[in-house]
Amino acid sequence: MISLRLDTKSGIPPYLQIAQQVRQALVAGILRPGDQLPTVKEVVTQLAINPNTVFKGYRELEHEGLVEGRPGAGTFVLRRPPGPAPGAHAALVRSLARWVDKARDAGLDDRSIEAMVRETLHAGGAEAIA
Amino acid sequence: MTDLAIDTVDLGKRYGSVWALQHCSIEVPVGRVSGLVGANGAGKTTLMRMLAGLSRPSAGTAHVAGRAPADNRDFLREIGYLAQEVPLYRRWNAEDHLALGAHMNPAWDDGLTRDRLRNLRIPLDRPMEALSGGMRAQVALALALGKRPQVLLLDEPVAALDPLARREFLSALAGAVADGGVTVLLSSHLLPDLERVCDHLILIADSQPVICAEIDDLLASHKLLTAPARDTTAIERDHQVLTCTRTPREVSLIAKLNGPVIDPAWRVDDIDLEEIVLAYLGQRSHQETGFALVEGGR
Repeated sequence: MISLRLDTKSGIPPYLQIAQQVRQALVAGILRPGDQLPTVKEVVTQLAINPNTVFKGYRELEHEGLVEGRPGAGTFVLRRPPGPAPGAHAALVRSLARWVDKARDAGLDDRSIEAMVRETLHAGGAEAIA
Repeated sequence: MTDLAIDTVDLGKRYGSVWALQHCSIEVPVGRVSGLVGANGAGKTTLMRMLAGLSRPSAGTAHVAGRAPADNRDFLREIGYLAQEVPLYRRWNAEDHLALGAHMNPAWDDGLTRDRLRNLRIPLDRPMEALSGGMRAQVALALALGKRPQVLLLDEPVAALDPLARREFLSALAGAVADGGVTVLLSSHLLPDLERVCDHLILIADSQPVICAEIDDLLASHKLLTAPARDTTAIERDHQVLTCTRTPREVSLIAKLNGPVIDPAWRVDDIDLEEIVLAYLGQRSHQETGFALVEGGR
């Protein structure tokens, strides 16, 4: 079982945050095919959030074919989204964490780091910048 | 067309020569939890009381749960209303209140109400004056839900509670909404209390609604646009610009977009609900003193 969070300061619609967290848990291998997602009522009472937010987030994942709602039973994982295997994913997270440490040591604050990541993604990666 | 739980057209209330609320046309679809925000004195309680059938409009019409609000039994059985002062008898315990609820309401759900109080570990045998403010608010909410209303009107129910009790109250409310069948209008002057649990927002400023929309739609359509200093005529023609801040080198706008931003010079960033609300308030008078958007500042 995963526990979901909500960042109300991000400007990202809450239902997209829920969908993204489930997607990340799938990529990271924390959730596997056959697992049940937390019920809407569980998420709602844990986070004090709106039920429609959870429904909408889960529906988004259904459209992507990642999960399946079974009437009366709950929502279950069908498959992982395309992406690196869980081991490779963890390795990428570790190397990113090392890079973030380096950036902070160099004096960048979180906003500047976010901007740098965004700009690098926009530019199209290492080849475009080098 | 979506079914509406609350629907008003040009609703207004005048006290003497002063309009406490006017030109109020709002729609809340069935099943939503709608947050009603605005400064103290903006007209929130006036609207709540008219929707609850406790105050007669001076202008316009309202429908709540398909009926015109009125102080009669047929209307009142469809709605639950919690006034700012939690309406409980000090010397009565929860058991006494449950008995009264069962007596007064034909559709009373005793089992569900007891389950709710038990889950919250609220003692049924102690008088209200011996319970904490948070527990009293939970009792009042459970009683309001016990009559199985179609529409629940909550006027600043968490204003007097500490942050933990507030979160617990909103969590209980969210759980009840997940059980289905109820539409909620919840007022507060604290936006952070509302933005988690609500999926719909009504903002009242200067006695008039200036926002009435789904929160996801608000977040999707309102953006911060930044560009090197330039003329803003074109962008103001295509989109609804709410605020404009200029420095010699840069111009930044908060705008409601009517479509994609074509000119690539504009950088488009997400903004949160608080920034959207402030942008609408900033457009209007600067007398919005009593409006506390965040607790203790940021």
